[in-house]
Amino acid sequence: MSRNGPLMLAFHTLFMAFLLAPIVLVCLVAFTPEGYLSLPTAGISLRWFKAVLAYPEFVNAFITSLWLAAISSTIAVTTATAAAIAIARYRFPGRDAITALFMSPLVVPHVVLGIAFLRFFSAVGVAGTATGLVLSHVILIFPFALRLGLASATGLERALEHAAQSLGATRARVLQRIVLPLIVPGIASGWMLSMIQSFDEVTMTVFVASPTTTTLPVWMFNYIQFNIDPLICAVSTLLIVFTIVVMIVLEWLYGLERLFAGTGQ
Amino acid sequence: MTKVQSEERRSAALLLGPAVLLFIGIGVAPLLMTILLSFNGWHATTGIDPSISFRNYADILSDGYFAQIFLRTLWIATATTVICILIGAPEAYVLRRMSQPWRSIFLMVIITPLLISVIARTLGWAMLLNGNGLVSTALQGAGLSSRPVSLMFTQTGVIIALVHVLVPFMVLSVWSALSRMDRSAEGAALSLGASQFTVFRRIVLPQALPGILSGAVIVFTLAASAFATPAIIGGRRLKVVATEAYDEFLHSLNWPLGAAIAVLLLIGIVTVVVGCNRWIERRYATVFQ
Repeated sequence: MSRNGPLMLAFHTLFMAFLLAPIVLVCLVAFTPEGYLSLPTAGISLRWFKAVLAYPEFVNAFITSLWLAAISSTIAVTTATAAAIAIARYRFPGRDAITALFMSPLVVPHVVLGIAFLRFFSAVGVAGTATGLVLSHVILIFPFALRLGLASATGLERALEHAAQSLGATRARVLQRIVLPLIVPGIASGWMLSMIQSFDEVTMTVFVASPTTTTLPVWMFNYIQFNIDPLICAVSTLLIVFTIVVMIVLEWLYGLERLFAGTGQ
Repeated sequence: MTKVQSEERRSAALLLGPAVLLFIGIGVAPLLMTILLSFNGWHATTGIDPSISFRNYADILSDGYFAQIFLRTLWIATATTVICILIGAPEAYVLRRMSQPWRSIFLMVIITPLLISVIARTLGWAMLLNGNGLVSTALQGAGLSSRPVSLMFTQTGVIIALVHVLVPFMVLSVWSALSRMDRSAEGAALSLGASQFTVFRRIVLPQALPGILSGAVIVFTLAASAFATPAIIGGRRLKVVATEAYDEFLHSLNWPLGAAIAVLLLIGIVTVVVGCNRWIERRYATVFQ
């Protein structure tokens, strides 16, 4: 029972076309059999995907991005979940200030964070190292992990814990058997969301990465500065497919609407 | 303090400890060092000199070159925000009036680009906007231009690509404001004889407004601090604050000047975010209760 008039549906169609056009174009060009930018009108070819996989710089950057995302999101989710439990259930002095501090990376422009980390890391001697890269990403993605941790920890029924406690469970056992299982879907979604934020980050990482620790987005950024060809379209297509897979998992695990608009379910 | 209270505080401290240490050690310290760095001097041959002065700030504020970059950034961010409101808010309204499953499907289509790498999306625009691209062909086909039109390295090109990157935030923000609203209010107004237009103006718009405003704050701040999109579409010829700070840092190697630009950008963004959020909360205190 769509109640939208023809004018509104026309607007909607244009809006969707605008949103999808560049993404679809990138994916189409990736399948061209030609050696230059063109639509695959004379049949599709996988030559550019093969070229990508034979490109050592791409493979190295992809591997760097993968472990960087895995490690930094794991550290962020572990520390953020503990912090979220404390914020959700205890009243203590400075609670609001600490929450604001944890959320602040969302407000600070990434270029400022990049400059700050580069300055700091070169002062303490970890500039261009994997350690620096991981630490900077942990700070960057912490708010995403915290927000989902908070949402699950606040939705927790205290009555269940009291019941367990009254039946003789210790604090540690209540945490292990009641609290953790209930907040796992939120934590898992927070982990995936943080991972993809880390995997896609370019602005801050441009400052922090060195030639030996170049991430995939940084490598792509540097590549595009000099040439735009079907090869980079093929890389982007792989990234787009990867993102869509993660999205489907997130939708199934948590609900995208709840994740991004705070509504639904 | 009671025993329970002190035990609770100990638990809280244990749980918060790692995150707080992390943020003070690796979050706050680098920012303070950057602020300090922005007051240092610099020389092309000797590098950073640790004297403290307002020279970098005076240079930025008195030089027309920097004024142009700051004004351009302000204009790009403002135009991007206005366009995002004009197309994002109606789209949220259309979505709300859709029936399932279309609504969920299109909401997913809007959320997906948010997660796709900004580089991949900007690459698409770089291909669309150049002289042989689709936009140029369409303009020529429509008889609006007799020659190929390249929007690469132009403000218009940067604004179009930024709108594409940021408009989902606006749709989602308006969407969540609209889904908090009571749907029967519209029906009640219609049954009392209000026209569709009156219902839109008196019932839908006032409830969408907080969503539009908070969406505008998000879009404006992200557009003003955007780096990858202006760097790829705008290139060296069309610098914005973020790309200029990058060039000072990594190409000119004048770190103190780059830090001063970054600090000014940070001050601008924080002022907008804090100021607007205070204002929105005061103005719409009842909506958020």
